[in-house]
Amino acid sequence: MAVDVAVIGAGVVGAACAHALTARGLRVAVIDRSSAASGTSSHCEGNLLVSDKGPGPELDLARHSLALWRQLAPQLADDLGPAVPPVEFEPKGGLVVTITAEGAQPLIDFAAQQRVAGVDARVVSLAQARELEPWLNPDITAAVYYPEDCQVQPTIATEALLAAARRRGAVSYFHHEVTGLITGKDGRVTGVRTDRADIPAASVVLAAGPWTGELATRLGAGVPVWPRRGNVLVTTRMPHSVFHKVYDGDYFGATQSSDAALQTAAVIESTQAGTVLIGSSREQVGFDNSMRVEVYAEMAKKALRVFPFLADAGIMRAYGGFRPFVPDHLPIIGPDARMPGLYHASGHEGAGIGLSVATAELVAAAITADSPRSPLGPIDPAPFAVQRPSLQAYLEEAA
Amino acid sequence: MSRNVVVVGGGPAGLAAAKSAVDAGARVTIIDSSDQLGGQFWRHLPPERAGADEARLHHDWQTYQRLHRRLTASPHCEIRTRTQIWAIETTPDGVLLTGVQGAPDARTEAPIQLHPDALVLATGAHDRTLPFPGWTLPGVYTAGAAQAFAKAERVALGRRVLVAGAGPFLLPVTESLVKTGAKVVAVLEANRPRNLARWLATAPWKLAGKAGELTHYVGTHLRHRVPYRPGRAVVAAHGDDRVEAVTVARVDANWKPIPGTEKRYAVDAVCVSHGFTPRLELAVAAGCRLTADRFVRVDDAQQTTVRGVYAAGEITGIGGKDAALAEGAIAGHCAAGGDTTDAVIQPAVRRRRTMGAFSRRLDAAHGIRPGWTGWLTDDTILCRCEESRVGTVRRTVAATGSVSLRSTKLTTRVGLGICQARICGRNVEDYLGQLGDRVPAGDASSDHRPIVSPVRLGDIARLADPDTPTTP
Repeated sequence: MAVDVAVIGAGVVGAACAHALTARGLRVAVIDRSSAASGTSSHCEGNLLVSDKGPGPELDLARHSLALWRQLAPQLADDLGPAVPPVEFEPKGGLVVTITAEGAQPLIDFAAQQRVAGVDARVVSLAQARELEPWLNPDITAAVYYPEDCQVQPTIATEALLAAARRRGAVSYFHHEVTGLITGKDGRVTGVRTDRADIPAASVVLAAGPWTGELATRLGAGVPVWPRRGNVLVTTRMPHSVFHKVYDGDYFGATQSSDAALQTAAVIESTQAGTVLIGSSREQVGFDNSMRVEVYAEMAKKALRVFPFLADAGIMRAYGGFRPFVPDHLPIIGPDARMPGLYHASGHEGAGIGLSVATAELVAAAITADSPRSPLGPIDPAPFAVQRPSLQAYLEEAA
Repeated sequence: MSRNVVVVGGGPAGLAAAKSAVDAGARVTIIDSSDQLGGQFWRHLPPERAGADEARLHHDWQTYQRLHRRLTASPHCEIRTRTQIWAIETTPDGVLLTGVQGAPDARTEAPIQLHPDALVLATGAHDRTLPFPGWTLPGVYTAGAAQAFAKAERVALGRRVLVAGAGPFLLPVTESLVKTGAKVVAVLEANRPRNLARWLATAPWKLAGKAGELTHYVGTHLRHRVPYRPGRAVVAAHGDDRVEAVTVARVDANWKPIPGTEKRYAVDAVCVSHGFTPRLELAVAAGCRLTADRFVRVDDAQQTTVRGVYAAGEITGIGGKDAALAEGAIAGHCAAGGDTTDAVIQPAVRRRRTMGAFSRRLDAAHGIRPGWTGWLTDDTILCRCEESRVGTVRRTVAATGSVSLRSTKLTTRVGLGICQARICGRNVEDYLGQLGDRVPAGDASSDHRPIVSPVRLGDIARLADPDTPTTP
């Protein structure tokens, strides 16, 4: 069956694209070599954050996304009923703290810049911080409260977006490995070739997360998206003791850095199930998924600086996932001028769950020649364009 | 220079491995998470309340004593009980084991890290129980728990006990129950006489030299008039606060319950076991490849696909104590630098050959058949840690169209609890496999558990910073 759009990748970005495209009345096929949420989207925390983003296009996209998520979460629950569990959308707010004396002022300055860009970033006293998080280390040196930060359960969010898309006619091709693109005489993409079937499609969206770089190169449309490994530790269930998304200021360094070496920063939050998730780390180790106790130890040490009470928490599970990393730290979204009919939607690093829905809006608008928007207004696609200046060198190398 | 061998697991395979490694001149560390060596098979009373009749309650108790004496007497063997290895990783110069040693409740644990020249994994198996309506009621025990309770506590579980499930393990469990004074009303074996007959026709006791053990069990059953009923299964347990009755039904050759054959029994305890699940997490974390039926793949030397990592006992195939002893002896000998052609190890090599045939036939006769899902209801709990029910999983899978294990776990919370799917993992995989066309293996399989057992965050942090306080 020919479809209007074939989406490669059934992670959160692919699912959100399928959702947005079917909402515009298009026929969609979602293709994955495994199944829904089998990669990054089920190996992460479900962050919908503004707090970790400085002024600029990524922050703008995050704010549009948050506005879309606020609409979408109740709408998905209505559409799907009880068969799909709620996506656990929680507008819980974030609290960023610093532990060192030197760390305090940069955090406060960063919050001031964010306020100029429209973020609700409130510098709070240590006493107020302890009111928000009673178990916080009393020795913190600064704290900023971000009421807009939210969280979803990322696997359920992915499955729910896909299930809603399927209700509007989307078809999924799981366990289909993409082997190539089908192109017409004019070079325009006309479908996707997989190891099990050819899927004719008028447009193709490449949303393969950290595997995008590798796959895109094979398809002849290379883009610089590489994996960075991240780890999350999961505690056993405990009484609700962490109320916000709480992290130490070092986190900015880890997400904004291109350094290949291991970086860790404490990111701590509760889930509705009663577990506490402890992140985070960043390593550039390719797709090597082997565990390293040394990484866990660094993460544990930093988490205890923020919440000393967690020393007694039992860690029952750990998972490592790959984040799609782009050298200029911006996702790659939109049409690929080198290959008409091909659209990109990847490279969100650790922010893909949050940014997925605004990304999908950009993709759907581009395919239907519509203007992308969220409840906050129009979304500017230009900063995320494939052929942007900051990626030029990489694209030339790929060619 | 003598090699440094670490053996993980203090059951028959691990003890035999440690002994033969010591005999071959290695320096050996044997590790077990419980208070004493012996494993599940030789689980016994602690020394401070030692029982006079261990020999009566355990098969081949002399072998345990002989192995234990040899290890405690050897200056080259270090015994570390109460030690839990929670992580294993492979480095360019071999494996690195990370664990904690000490009593968890007393918070006196110390992190340990070991970097052996060779590693023998002898982590054993735990019994697998299939869910049925009411299986989480108090009074329903896994046969393994009942056995451990009987061996370690010497207390009868109930006055009217039903033993049910599949496999020869039901027999020693029944024996242990009877010895503690419980009245066993019946033993139900899900496999039908024809399956069993094929197995018995091969005279496995001759093959394995198990005549004594089997005759012994049959004798116990006759003496205590315990009826043994093949082709039947417990399909529901009833009761308000604890089990008061069970429904038993005939099952077909695929274990599908036959409608109209249900009968109710009044009982005050049920012991169920349907087979064994090997404890594979350390082997999987070490990167060892598995066989198609999901045991650790080993060569003639019991070496896994990872150089320097050996495996023995139930993780290489469910074969019982004698197979474990033979495999352990070979693994320990080779881990210490020996060779399978060495004369000293030939008896074990011969023994292993015989036992291999035995365990293959055992599985053919007693392996779990897919029809068991026929006794599930929407209300049946699949995962007892998270109380996820069959209906939730079924409806979610119908809505998402996804039978992927990882996604289903995260959408329904099945298998995400404190036991990390040790109890339910394979049952969930089987059930999902019947709902859809395939369940991806590898990373998504329930054997993948990078943190092997829960560990305190403070103990992890101490590896990076030894000054981390032990308590908050």
